[in-house]
Amino acid sequence: MSTSPQAPARRSILRQPSWRARAEALFFLLLRMGTYSVLFAAAVVFLDIGIKGGRVVFQLSPPFINVPFLTQSPETLNVFTADGAKVKMGDREFRAFKAAHPEKLRDVPVETYVYSAGGIFPNIVGTVLLVVGSMVIALVLGVCSAIYLSEYAREGPFIRLVRLSIANLAGVPSIVFGLFGFGLFVVALDWNVSLLAGWFTLAFMVLPIIITASEEALRSVPKGLREGALALGATKFQTIRTNVLPYALPGILTSSVLAIARVAGETAPIMFTAAYVVRDQMPWQVEKWTDFFFQGVMALPYHIYVVASKIPQNDYTRDVQYGTAFVFLFTVAGIALAAILLRARLRKQYRW
Amino acid sequence: MSLEPTPLSAPAVPTKPAPRPSGPALVEIDRLNFFYGEKQVLFDVTLDIPEKQVTAFIGPSGCGKTTLLRCFNRMNDLVDVARIGSGEIRIDGINVYDPRVDVIELRKRVGMVFQKSNPFPKSIYENIAFGLRLHGIRQKAKLDEIVEHSLRGAALWDEVKDRLHDSGLGLSGGQQQRLCIARAIAVEPDVILMDEPCSALDPLATTKVEELIHELKEKYTIVIVTHNMQQAARVSDHTAFFYLGKVVEFAETQKIFMNPSNPQTEAYVSGRFG
Repeated sequence: MSTSPQAPARRSILRQPSWRARAEALFFLLLRMGTYSVLFAAAVVFLDIGIKGGRVVFQLSPPFINVPFLTQSPETLNVFTADGAKVKMGDREFRAFKAAHPEKLRDVPVETYVYSAGGIFPNIVGTVLLVVGSMVIALVLGVCSAIYLSEYAREGPFIRLVRLSIANLAGVPSIVFGLFGFGLFVVALDWNVSLLAGWFTLAFMVLPIIITASEEALRSVPKGLREGALALGATKFQTIRTNVLPYALPGILTSSVLAIARVAGETAPIMFTAAYVVRDQMPWQVEKWTDFFFQGVMALPYHIYVVASKIPQNDYTRDVQYGTAFVFLFTVAGIALAAILLRARLRKQYRW
Repeated sequence: MSLEPTPLSAPAVPTKPAPRPSGPALVEIDRLNFFYGEKQVLFDVTLDIPEKQVTAFIGPSGCGKTTLLRCFNRMNDLVDVARIGSGEIRIDGINVYDPRVDVIELRKRVGMVFQKSNPFPKSIYENIAFGLRLHGIRQKAKLDEIVEHSLRGAALWDEVKDRLHDSGLGLSGGQQQRLCIARAIAVEPDVILMDEPCSALDPLATTKVEELIHELKEKYTIVIVTHNMQQAARVSDHTAFFYLGKVVEFAETQKIFMNPSNPQTEAYVSGRFG
């Protein structure tokens, strides 16, 4: 304790009002508001789709789910007045009705709305096929190059160039990938508009995400595990296969969850390469098994795009839009959930 | 490259290859100069590691002990910029840095225990079976036998025999390190390199590992790097004192600690620097 006369008066430890304290409080408020505004935006989007789409997908009477919407193909909706009542009919039903009761439709105006009847089953199937196929391709290519980059390649100008290209690839707009896929797979390789072309286009689009995250996951495996295996006389490949890759798998799957969401959601890359506006056959209705890969499919995001912007708007199309968006969210969530469950199982298996 | 089971994978005493051309030393280090990039870390190191004895490397941090140890089984290959300037390390009279040497076979003969115990995140049993499977041993009965034999050899059997299929990470630090030793001896190497094996262990666990080293030298040639001079005095037969990448003195442990001929060695072992 100082006894010199110049010693400053002791300061109280009680809180003193000050501008700095107020400024800090304001700053914290700003941070908090920023976070809440994101939450708010997310809530608005999900509630909007949830409420309006839920009304289409669910119903009050048993079986509580709008089964036709989930199991039928899109059809044109016909609306007319018969026997004093307003009747809504899908195209197939309408034709049968017209053949049976031609008199009821004489001089009756019939309004038609495309894609507003039936369901979106082929679109769900198409999206699932696109996601699964492109993820398989992207994971195989991505994990291979991640292993090469993190385990085998020596740092040098060439590898730096490769990394730079991968980073840049991540910033390329998806429509450019669409054009790339169209030019390479559809035109040059002559695959036409097909599942295969869509798979590769989507796979190339998410490769940067997968490579970067997989490399990170591989690098985070402790050095001791590699050295332990190598010191026992394992070859480099044996070490990677038994002591590096298994422990990196959960991290790789985390990256693929992000990639799945992107693959399922992108419209632009499949617009020219894989998506049909409408197709009557289901993907498995092919003559030869090879035809399976060379057929175009309908897809949920492209359907939303078509229904929302390419046809005249009305209440009926709005229902289809929101219903499709709702189903789409659940499809993506379902696929992502499967990946997350798989990751949880792997984590339990290889805990370190 | 052949992954055929070599004789040394059998639990019995390994059949030694053709008689060694040179004296009683198993590992000879001959005027070794070693570099990381442009930086030289070992200068003209010459040592003969005697067979079936414990040789300790002591010296202050950064003096090249660990680097030298990792030359024995070429773990330095993992470092891109590491290179041998000149000189040789010979095992059975063959330079391990000879391009014709099969690094995989070399590492099977020269086992290693690391500073930080690194059991694989597998069961205790699988930790030991890993190396054996690399050697092509697949029969369950044989694996069982060698696992038990190695765990007994590492004085760990009684502690873990009832939970062989639990994760190796569930063991205490000292047990983990002994598991790593068991893993190393399971493949019956000739030389076991130990890189500060006790630096992360408490005194009790350290004592156990040191006792184990005493027993192991009956069968194996052991090279141990340590920062703990008492440990070097306790466990080793020969001690090399390193300073700034050079071997200052190499002699019987007794002599290094009681009657060092070099004043630097004396200063270090009596705790006046380092």
